[in-house]
Amino acid sequence: MAGKEYRTITDVKGPLVFLNKTEPVAYGEIVSLRLSNGDIKNGQVLDTSDDMVVVQVFEGTAKVDRQAGVTFLGDVFKLPVSTDLVGRILDGAGRPRDGGPEIVADEKADIIGAAINPYSRQSPHDFIQTGISAIDCCTTLVRGQKLPIFSASGLPHNDIALQIARQAKLKDSDEEFIVVFCAMGITAEEYNFFRSDLERTGALENAVLFVNLADDPAVERIITPRLALTAAEYLAFEQDYHVLVIYTDMTNYCDALRQIGAAREEVPGRRGYPGYMYTDLAMLYERAGIVKGKKGSITQFPILTMPGDDITHPIPDLSGYITEGQIVISRELHQQGIYPPINVLPSLSRLMGSCIGEKTTRDDHKKVSDQMYAAYAQGRELRGLVAIVGEDALNERDKQLLDFSAIFEDRFLRQSRDEDRSIDETLDLCWELMSNIDTKYLVRLDEELIAKYHPENRA
Amino acid sequence: MSNEGQIYRISGPVVTAKGMSAAMYDVVRVGEEGLMGEVIEIHGDQSVIQVYEDTSGIRPGEPVLNTQETLSVALGPGLLTQIYDGIQRPLQTLEEQMGFFITRGVDADAFDMEKTWTFEPVASVGDEVSGGNVIGHVQETETIVHKIMIPPNVSGTIKSIESGDFNVTQTVATLEDGTEIQMMQKWPVRSPRPFQTKYAPDTPLITGMRILDFLFPLAKGGAAGIPGPFGSGKTVTQQSLAKYSDAQIVVYIGCGERGNEMTEVLDEFPHLIDPNTGKPLMNRTVMIANTSNMPVAAREASVYTGITIAEYFRDMGYDVALMADSTSRWAEAMREISSRLEEMPGEEGYPAYLSSRIAEFYERAGRVNTLSGEDGSVTAIGAVSPPGGDISEPVSQGTLRIVKVFWGLDAGLARQRHFPAINWLNSYSLYPPSLDQWYRDNIGQDFPEIRTAISGLLQIEAELQEIVQLVGSDALPVDQQLTLEVARMIREYFLQQNGFDPIDAYCDINLQYRMAKAVLTFQDAAKSAMGAGSALSDVVNVPARSALLRGRFEEGYIDRIDDMVKAMVDEIEATVEEN
Ligand SMILES: Nc1ncnc2c1ncn2[C@@H]1O[C@H](COP(=O)(O)OP(=O)(O)O)[C@@H](O)[C@H]1O
Ligand SMILES: [Mg+2]
Repeated sequence: MAGKEYRTITDVKGPLVFLNKTEPVAYGEIVSLRLSNGDIKNGQVLDTSDDMVVVQVFEGTAKVDRQAGVTFLGDVFKLPVSTDLVGRILDGAGRPRDGGPEIVADEKADIIGAAINPYSRQSPHDFIQTGISAIDCCTTLVRGQKLPIFSASGLPHNDIALQIARQAKLKDSDEEFIVVFCAMGITAEEYNFFRSDLERTGALENAVLFVNLADDPAVERIITPRLALTAAEYLAFEQDYHVLVIYTDMTNYCDALRQIGAAREEVPGRRGYPGYMYTDLAMLYERAGIVKGKKGSITQFPILTMPGDDITHPIPDLSGYITEGQIVISRELHQQGIYPPINVLPSLSRLMGSCIGEKTTRDDHKKVSDQMYAAYAQGRELRGLVAIVGEDALNERDKQLLDFSAIFEDRFLRQSRDEDRSIDETLDLCWELMSNIDTKYLVRLDEELIAKYHPENRA
Repeated sequence: MSNEGQIYRISGPVVTAKGMSAAMYDVVRVGEEGLMGEVIEIHGDQSVIQVYEDTSGIRPGEPVLNTQETLSVALGPGLLTQIYDGIQRPLQTLEEQMGFFITRGVDADAFDMEKTWTFEPVASVGDEVSGGNVIGHVQETETIVHKIMIPPNVSGTIKSIESGDFNVTQTVATLEDGTEIQMMQKWPVRSPRPFQTKYAPDTPLITGMRILDFLFPLAKGGAAGIPGPFGSGKTVTQQSLAKYSDAQIVVYIGCGERGNEMTEVLDEFPHLIDPNTGKPLMNRTVMIANTSNMPVAAREASVYTGITIAEYFRDMGYDVALMADSTSRWAEAMREISSRLEEMPGEEGYPAYLSSRIAEFYERAGRVNTLSGEDGSVTAIGAVSPPGGDISEPVSQGTLRIVKVFWGLDAGLARQRHFPAINWLNSYSLYPPSLDQWYRDNIGQDFPEIRTAISGLLQIEAELQEIVQLVGSDALPVDQQLTLEVARMIREYFLQQNGFDPIDAYCDINLQYRMAKAVLTFQDAAKSAMGAGSALSDVVNVPARSALLRGRFEEGYIDRIDDMVKAMVDEIEATVEEN
């Protein structure tokens, strides 16, 4: 099909090129543009009819004029996939960025991806130990889950993501994850931080990186995560790997979507983002999971920065409606000097119930987690009251809870960037800290567990 | 013009065809692969089509064929226990034909056309029959008899009727005019199925959830909306309703939500026992799963597919409950298609007809006298997912204008792990006046008064809490401190109900009544003991009270609760003597 070059551009607008008088062009077909100066740009068909074709140009339309030549390549966007991807660094459009050779394809996979049949899915149930107490105890991660990090600019979400990537393992197993890392519009500095950390720990050999940086074309960000997920699906469902996909920053991705919507003069939804953003995000996030009869899995860790620290902003809001929980990073805790500054109160792992308990983590996990959460929530609330009525107005129980909230932050949340706590260590720590509260106030723990685990009874 | 035309334009899920004669809502086959679509707009000789499958790779000039049928569902034995996509393709068949990824261009019958069912006639030769009349029975699952009905627009005299094993397309009866009746019939999803009359509901749908049955009841044949931000409990509530409510048939629509949630239902339901029949829940359930990443046009269709199936079982005289999680995703699908059509947008980009579509959908709920003269009902419960949790947006508002029950989920309660996180201060039900008689006759003569007392206490608590925020609770007079304790008991003992607790997730309505009375009994006993000099803390801390509170997590609570209440009262009275 490929071949004929058209010079029939009528309009150029934002990232879009409009042209007419073509042979029939397929919806979603890829396009190559040759500029008068010889540069080549790539794009994809967004709208096609007998009279007019609309092409979205990934590299942006700088220098595109009406004389540019347009060739339709006869196929939708595909990624060559093979196990040779592992250990490679590619750019945001899937071309080698590490000076290495082109990927020799076993096959080419459509990057849009098809929906996993809900009937064919396997419910995730394997506990992943991240070594971070706040996550393992309170928002437990499950293999095959999609659990985003809701952060904001200037917070250490990258450190947390990397710590998870380094430490994540199944309990009592050294089965490793393959990391698929997808950068969308992050700075070169952030990228170097990720790369050198992966290099330092040797993880790079077991990783695939797709990199679109802040000064790379914005529209290309629309395809970068799709390439990453296509690679992940191949590795998980055809090569039996357990894949951990980290992508950052979803906010840049959504801004690229908004840019295209605006250029097409679409009716915008909230805050100018397109009305179909929920569906579009779902087509990324839902590419996580496990299917029956396959050994591999895809676990997703999308990172997004909440504009204005606002969790009701459409990007975190729509994400939260799709993902299986969220880990919320708090500026307040960060300013108190606590790492990792995870606010467990608005954080949630929807799949936690399926992976904790006697057989997988420990018999006290559920109750300990509920009690830690409840005591911290009450303690935090009391801080507000104390500010008004003073600490003396508190009764004994409230005083203990108030003190506990500080201990919780200082000893439970706080850990160093290379501290890898086992789930037993985490739960034991919980008991140690809860022993600062009179047992009679620990209403969510039952007597049996107290007899078994409370430091007073263990000594 | 002919039935065949060519593609003129493709823009995402919307395709325009030229040169084809078409009527609104005709089903068409698009492109070389014959993708299924539906005509949604006509301009001159152009028909605009929404396509139920992915359109990448399709080109202008490819053929479009009008089937001249309207989008319909197949209705007959074999529906129960199925899981369908939005256009009634069984997901199991799709897996068999294309593996674990849903690709496109595959047709699948709604159920096994070869499977035979034992048809037992209940009509005889010579009977005059008309639409909706039941002519035979099929035991479809252990608990459900599928009634074979004359299709709505057919009538005549039975010339012959069979008995024995047939598949759904074989003729089981013939009318004098030669019309052949099969066990399967078809019905266009966008048209409500006919009935004789609609009644005002007078029976509650008992859900086993205390806050719902007691404070904000839903009637069989009524409609309810559950708005709430993400993570507040819409899905858990809908799933609990599917598990425990005393409907005879459940239609569960996963509309534009997570894949894993549907998988969970599929894994769980076959092993769960319906508390109302003692048999596996799957026997009464039909599921529709068009998840967020499946084609949006099929998502738009999914709620109609679901409600048509619900109406069909209603027509057999069953009480059907339908859950749609989430109607916001349905509305967004409408918005997405509408914007591709370049229609003039209404509020927040939604089409101007949004609220009328929502109203039409909920109007298909109701308690009716069916064409065959029986009583049947469809109860519709829709989750709503307002952006940022703010219900001033069009989908929430369009829903609240039509439904009579509002179960408002609250992010703050969810964060406190108070589940179900239904806000008791702003939720409402307009049904109590029509249901109170039922509650008096069946549960307790004083049921409505107890409800009023409970909700009154919660109101007073809200007012007192404002003062407590300023001065601390110790500054209140003791009678108000007691009120706070009683209200706390209502919240923690009565309203809170963990959807995953093996015992407490479902609470018998008679037990609910006794638990509510137990709270009021505590209040009375405490008041008189304190009047005689007991301290509040002594009254609250009697051991029999904690035993009463914990009891609800243990089997057989309903048999013990009265004794436990008595023990508590005795111990509270004893605190007086100690002083
Ligand atoms: N009734 C309930 N009982 C116990 N936990 C609940 C209940 N409702 C919600 N939850 C908790 O809240 C989480 C989110 O609930 P979900 O129904 O998925 O929210 P939504 O559908 O509104 O996003 C669940 O994973 C569960 O942990
Ligand atoms: Mg939900």
